[in-house]
Amino acid sequence: MTVLAPRASVATVPVPYRVVECSAESADTATIALEPVGSPLPAFTPGQYAMVYAFGVGDIPLSVCGIDGHRLTHTVRSVGATSAALRSLRPGTRVGVRGPFGTAWDLDAASGRDLLLVAGGIGLAPLRPLVHDALAAPQRYGRLNVLIGARTPGDLLYTEELRRWRDAARTLVTVDRPDATWTGDVGVVTALLDRAAFDPANSVAFVCGPEVMIRATARELVHRAMDPDRIRVSLERTMHCATGHCGHCQLGPLLLCRDGPVVTWTHAQTLLFVREL
Amino acid sequence: MADDGAAVIDKAGLNTLITALARRGRTVIGPTVRDGAIVLAELSSGDELPYGWGVELEAGHYRLRERADGAAFAHSAGPQSWKTFLHPPRERQWTAARTADGELEFSEDRTPPPAYAFLGVRPCDLRAIAVQDRVLTAGPHADARYRGRRRRAFLVAVECTEPGATCFCVSMGTGPAVGPGYDLALTEVLDDNGHRFLVRAGTQEGESVLAELPRRPADPATRTAARDRVAEAADHMGRTMPPVNLQTLMRDTLDAERWNDVTARCLTCGNCTMVCPTCFCTSTEDITDLTGDHAERWRRWESCYDLDFTHLAGAGSVRSSPRSRYRQWLTHKIGTWHDQFGSSGCVGCGRCIVWCPTGIDITEEAHALNAERAAATGQPR
Ligand SMILES: Cc1cc2nc3c(=O)[nH]c(=O)nc-3n(C[C@H](O)[C@H](O)[C@H](O)COP(=O)(O)OP(=O)(O)OC[C@H]3O[C@@H](n4cnc5c(N)ncnc54)[C@H](O)[C@@H]3O)c2cc1C
Ligand code: SF4
Ligand code: SF4
Ligand code: FES
Repeated sequence: MTVLAPRASVATVPVPYRVVECSAESADTATIALEPVGSPLPAFTPGQYAMVYAFGVGDIPLSVCGIDGHRLTHTVRSVGATSAALRSLRPGTRVGVRGPFGTAWDLDAASGRDLLLVAGGIGLAPLRPLVHDALAAPQRYGRLNVLIGARTPGDLLYTEELRRWRDAARTLVTVDRPDATWTGDVGVVTALLDRAAFDPANSVAFVCGPEVMIRATARELVHRAMDPDRIRVSLERTMHCATGHCGHCQLGPLLLCRDGPVVTWTHAQTLLFVREL
Repeated sequence: MADDGAAVIDKAGLNTLITALARRGRTVIGPTVRDGAIVLAELSSGDELPYGWGVELEAGHYRLRERADGAAFAHSAGPQSWKTFLHPPRERQWTAARTADGELEFSEDRTPPPAYAFLGVRPCDLRAIAVQDRVLTAGPHADARYRGRRRRAFLVAVECTEPGATCFCVSMGTGPAVGPGYDLALTEVLDDNGHRFLVRAGTQEGESVLAELPRRPADPATRTAARDRVAEAADHMGRTMPPVNLQTLMRDTLDAERWNDVTARCLTCGNCTMVCPTCFCTSTEDITDLTGDHAERWRRWESCYDLDFTHLAGAGSVRSSPRSRYRQWLTHKIGTWHDQFGSSGCVGCGRCIVWCPTGIDITEEAHALNAERAAATGQPR
């Protein structure tokens, strides 16, 4: 056994990264920023994901929710052993990262069109770098809409940042279950579409969240005469390898680790409506 | 007759072949009789080959049968396939160490891959190796250890002269004549002129190994006998697939009634996936030692029949019903494999039929789905 020269096989063997920042987003969710200890991984693009390894526990797919030079940011919701370990990291701890993997959002396709970003829960994480890119170059796009659904007000992500987004984009937020202090919208995220500023004939939609939410949103958009090719959705399946070799992530003809996670609704719709595919 | 370098060797030549390959530092693996089956194991001499053994195959049934003719390769696929060696059931991918100052160091096993020689690779299994090559090395990321083992492997193919009752390589276009990819190809001939093997080289290394064997140039009678035996084998397939585009058939029948019928018989035991020479799915396992400062990443074969295979935190298993899991297996094998990897995932070896405890037959299921589709659309079958 020899210690690998960095970059030797970054697709299968993790590269050490250092946790430089952690901040709690909610009771079960935290955002962590990582910087390479030695050589960095190749550059990530919004929509892509990394396999992040908690020492001795395992590695899981996490979308990049921020890209700043070689710094990678991930928001992780604790739902099982590995995500719990990553959610509880402290600055200075080392993790392993593989990547970049998967398809990107393709913001270029949205140039000159209205932008519609629709997020459910942790699904806001992969959309966040798109918001950053769009806010950095507003002249490239038409109107920018960010539609966010969360379970409860306490589950809302990036609350500080949302204030800034509101200044530059139509940012609408709804929750399933309000608390005593909540004065905003209550209900499903699709209900916000009525108040979004977009021309269905000249928009691109980027959608991520639970599968029921993705289906409902895409169906609603198609109903409003949006071209299914211009609806991009990010899908989740079990992923063990991310390199196309383990078979876990299949969705019919797709290996989602390779052909996804971002696919057009044209591709996704026939597959998602087959039960238990 | 064209001078293609073909030669004829006898049983002694086969012995020399094994020693010649071993002398080149190779671990020679081939068929041998063990525990009532023909298994693939390391061979030290040609005497260990299953001379005089055949097999009796049916759905859910496998039995060795003695043959009077002493043939070495008159048996079809056994319970194992070459993937056991090229894509092993358990493999360590890397280790990680946490140093005293908290750094993580990841190390990959850099020991050179074993240099195998496989003796007796059936045409269907030769194709199965090519199918796994595409899956594991042709995508955006290559499995480096698989590729290492594969590049060093020397393949001695043997054409099929006696297919089993569960074979359907003709339907899948993979046999009984050998396709490309071999270093040496043998055809066993047994007639009044003796027990001998027609040998052709497919690579330079194959040629140089052939040059070390006691041999004579291929005579017309042996060539003709070899050709005739392979041609006859093609006429004796035990099974067939429906003669339709199977990829489209799978796409058209996702909601078929037939899936309920087969699910009533399927135990979701996963045997079919373990014996299939192309099934490649794996799961990862992470372990740590007692100090907690050393961790290992292992990869092991996994079956899509396992309920946890599609487990999603919070959502449960995507394919929770046995129906959806059998459907996944069959539609992947002969349908979506084309989309994902540009070929069929089934080579027609028949192993899944033989080793299914309830005798579920992939060809019978495909025929039934085709019949159901034909009935539904009023099309001829
Ligand atoms: C492309 C993509 C991007 C994602 N982005 C994000 C993100 O940005 N933020 C986020 O919070 N989540 C994200 N997720 C979801 C996240 O990956 C899952 O929540 C996470 O994998 C859960 O892992 P866990 O170990 O914590 O949970 P568990 O449910 O314990 O484990 C999940 C995985 O481990 C396997 N597993 C479970 N038990 C065992 C066992 N006993 N033996 C072997 N294997 C077992 C399961 O098959 C499953 O694959 C993303 C998912 C995908 C596919
Ligand atoms: S088809 Fe047969 S071998 Fe395969 S899982 Fe079902 S019962 Fe087991
Ligand atoms: S599906 Fe069955 S017949 Fe086809 S290659 Fe696999 S084991 Fe052989
Ligand atoms: S995650 Fe392993 S094949 Fe896609």
